[in-house]
Amino acid sequence: MDATVHQFPPYREETEPHAHDEHDHGHEHHEPDFWSGYIFSTDHKTIGIQYGFTALCFLLFGFFLMLLMRWQIAHPGSALPVVGALIHAITGDVMSPAVKDAAGNVIGYTMSPELYNSFGAMHGTIMVFLGIVPLAFAAFGNYVVPLMIGAVDMAFPRVNMASYQAYFLGGVVMLVSFFIPGGAAQAGWTSYSPLATSIPTHGQLFWIIGMFLLITSSLLGAVNFIATIIQLRAPGMTWMRLPWFVWAQFVTAFILLLAFPPLEAAAVMQLMDNAAGTSFFLPTGLAIGGHLAHVSGGGSPLLWQHLFWFLGHPEVYVLILPAMGIVCEILANNTRKPIWGYKSLVYAVLAVGFLSFIVWAHHMYLTGMGTKISTFFQATTMIISIPSVIILTCFFMSLWGGSIRFNTPMLFALAFLPMFGIGGLTGLPLGFNVSDVHLHDTYYIIAHFHYVVAPGTMFALFAGIYYWFPKMTGRKMNEFWGRAHFWGSFIFMNVVFQPMFAQGMAGMLRRMSNGGANYSAAVNGENGLDVIGGLSPFIMSLHVWILWGAVSLGIAQIPFIINLFWSIKHGEKVGTNPWDATTLDWQTPTPPPHGNFTKEIRVYRGPYEYSVPGHDTDFTPQNEPPAGLPAPQIATHAH
Amino acid sequence: MSDLHELKSAAQAGEPSAAQADSHGHPVDFNLYLRRCAFVFVAVLCAVALMIGISFLPEHYTWTHKVALILGIACCNAFIVAGFLMHLISEKKLVYMLLAFTVFFFAGLMGLTIYAMNDFPTGTTH
Amino acid sequence: MDIPYTVQARPDTGLYNAKLGIWLFLASEVMLFGGLFSAYVLLRVGADPGTWPHGWQNVTLGTVNTIVLALSAITTLMAWVACKVGQFGKFKFFHGCTLLLALSFLCIKLFEYHDHLTHYEIHLTDGRIADGHMKENNPAEDYVMIDGRYVSDESALIDLRAQKDVRETEIKIPRSEIKDMQSYGPWHNDYLALYFTMTGLHALHILGGSIVIGYLWGPGRKMWRTDPERFTNRVEVSGLFWHFVDLVWIFLFPVLYLT
Repeated sequence: MDATVHQFPPYREETEPHAHDEHDHGHEHHEPDFWSGYIFSTDHKTIGIQYGFTALCFLLFGFFLMLLMRWQIAHPGSALPVVGALIHAITGDVMSPAVKDAAGNVIGYTMSPELYNSFGAMHGTIMVFLGIVPLAFAAFGNYVVPLMIGAVDMAFPRVNMASYQAYFLGGVVMLVSFFIPGGAAQAGWTSYSPLATSIPTHGQLFWIIGMFLLITSSLLGAVNFIATIIQLRAPGMTWMRLPWFVWAQFVTAFILLLAFPPLEAAAVMQLMDNAAGTSFFLPTGLAIGGHLAHVSGGGSPLLWQHLFWFLGHPEVYVLILPAMGIVCEILANNTRKPIWGYKSLVYAVLAVGFLSFIVWAHHMYLTGMGTKISTFFQATTMIISIPSVIILTCFFMSLWGGSIRFNTPMLFALAFLPMFGIGGLTGLPLGFNVSDVHLHDTYYIIAHFHYVVAPGTMFALFAGIYYWFPKMTGRKMNEFWGRAHFWGSFIFMNVVFQPMFAQGMAGMLRRMSNGGANYSAAVNGENGLDVIGGLSPFIMSLHVWILWGAVSLGIAQIPFIINLFWSIKHGEKVGTNPWDATTLDWQTPTPPPHGNFTKEIRVYRGPYEYSVPGHDTDFTPQNEPPAGLPAPQIATHAH
Repeated sequence: MSDLHELKSAAQAGEPSAAQADSHGHPVDFNLYLRRCAFVFVAVLCAVALMIGISFLPEHYTWTHKVALILGIACCNAFIVAGFLMHLISEKKLVYMLLAFTVFFFAGLMGLTIYAMNDFPTGTTH
Repeated sequence: MDIPYTVQARPDTGLYNAKLGIWLFLASEVMLFGGLFSAYVLLRVGADPGTWPHGWQNVTLGTVNTIVLALSAITTLMAWVACKVGQFGKFKFFHGCTLLLALSFLCIKLFEYHDHLTHYEIHLTDGRIADGHMKENNPAEDYVMIDGRYVSDESALIDLRAQKDVRETEIKIPRSEIKDMQSYGPWHNDYLALYFTMTGLHALHILGGSIVIGYLWGPGRKMWRTDPERFTNRVEVSGLFWHFVDLVWIFLFPVLYLT
């Protein structure tokens, strides 16, 4: 084979794979056009950015849905500000009825309970499946994992492209569902039957079809990640030398691979219930709207719940593990010392992945399960908290004795620790079925899972964006506005979600479109405690705090959005390894060319060789040859 | 091009080239495979015939017995197809581990779900 | 740059990329059909005693389909062996057979579906039930004609295995006597819902597999001339998928047809 040196402008594509025995002359690469370079690219870095950009757009959209919902909760029945007329134009009179003044003039449009349910269902679906999973797993994973293991690309580049396209199509289907008569799905992101089959809108069908496309995208991605991590590690990159981010993505991919298909099976059955009149999940004697439903019956609503939560629980680990991986990399880098307990972290993440498959029914404690099965799931739920705590403990211990640099990625990574801590600890009373009986379906649950995903995962993802931005663009994001973004987000995340614990413990149920106004009306007397189950004025007033917290949280994201785009062209220029990091993703040119590495990659040491005694520098890259070994060659067309 | 010539000439010479070796490096013998396939096919047909026979057994055999027997034979049938036609018998450890986890989680899904549906509180009404 | 281990196996795992990839995908398919089989077990065990149908399928057609699919698994494997020994002509023959067998399977399945969808259960105003295949259902006419029988109660229709002589005659029913009428589609009961869903999803997999094998047999065969080892690997990988689809049928057939 000839050793041809190539010109490497960004993401130059090869059009056809070359056979071994042809092309003794220099390879001819041509500059890809816009379509094959940016839209139909098979390069993992382009696909990662596609996923990231699309996911951020969906996260913003989901955020707006939430703002409207919180307005409705804080001011039930009042006209929606700013976008009321637009919502009415799209959804019609039934979903967003007019609000009239005393004279009968229309002063605005409000949100009907059906529209509230629709926004609630789609907020959850969009944030989880169109926002967090694509950003945490697909975007960061696609961009960083091949670089971190020393590979030229993912194992199956065209499958990678197909996986993004399936995701994109799924997103389009979900968005389109807002515009059809009857509107988008209303049965929650959990789409419980028989409600999901009884709602008179095709939005539920669109939801199911959208889910098929998203599940397909995730399955293809999972196959790709696992095959890549197993097969394409560079020479010398043993399993125990992998950055922990790669371990986290590996376990996440396995979870997606094995947990999503039962939901897909359930979605097929719910599709048949909706479209073909079957009764997989519709029980005998079901009445809808006071009339006996014209179905064969014999089905089981609980069957849907089991199949849904079989994915639903592992899904939350899909949401958190990549984020933990990002935090791990940033902590090691910005404490300038190795992560504490690498081996424990590896075994813990494997344990979390394995156990996550056998805890699901803790979401179903109130479905009438008997004591034996409840005890089983309670036990496994308690056991799975152990490896989670081990992971968090290792992170905390890693800070001790570190030389900490408080840059923006580090601020977000540090804040992740107590925020995830709160989220995790508040999960414990939910894992015990005695206490969950009182807390299930209350605002406590909303607070718990949002703490884990919003100031938990999202902070880690923000940290990752600030951290890897210089690798993608060659420039750093503005540090001042990064800190402004951080402090605004940190303060207002807590303003939004902390009160919800109190509301939940006071008995406020979730998914109430008027925020529980009818329960507050039941309160008798001045101290608000005379009626059991009544919600006191104080508890109700928290809704207004939360609304303004959410609006402020939204405003705090503006510097981030501007910073992101502005820094692409005007950010401070930096070299190829501005953070002085040890992992292979920082040992490439910026931005990494097609093929990623310009020299043969051979790995000689673990991923966190920071501040090793006796070294000149406080970091040693994984691929730097030990003293005495020859420098690596220019990369050839190796097999 | 050279690979194909190599294959063709090797096939003509009756000698296996590297490309013709199976995963263990043994030469691939077409006729041996054909005979193995015939055996597997006959075995599958026998299993199917047995299952059909069992399902038509007279009334005094309960459906529970019949189902248990039929499923047992179906598992043997599946083992034959997976083991020989998919070469699972000679597959690598990595694939075995993957399938072992999959089977465990599938068993958990089916077993725990059915257990959960059948374990519910009794004596809850006064 | 070339991605390593697309053709040669990686030494420590002993697998080339696509082989690992297809086994991973098959693991997810095990969970997919596993979810459906779990639903089957749950719904059947949870059904009231005496309400779960027996003998509603044509065992002969099912057996033929089983033989067809088993044979296609053999021809698929032999197609790969032919590639391995460099005999492309044999590859074309064997995979041609695979495609024909797949087509036969789908045709028989289509016939079975049609058979169910033209089978009606008609509740009459006098309380009787007429059950049989629709012969005439002309909207302009004031009657329907079925080839079937009368029963007094639905329970008589459940276990067809237990009934020795089911005589079917031509029955003409005036529309005025019909209370309601339903075909034996997936809406009829949970057994048929499961039958149509599980065999339908399986048939979609047969179709998908046929398209991939058809591509390799047709336009994709160009790669045999340029990169025969990689082509052989593609045949092996698609063969593994095909064998898995056969494996699913090995469980579907007894579960839906024989029990």
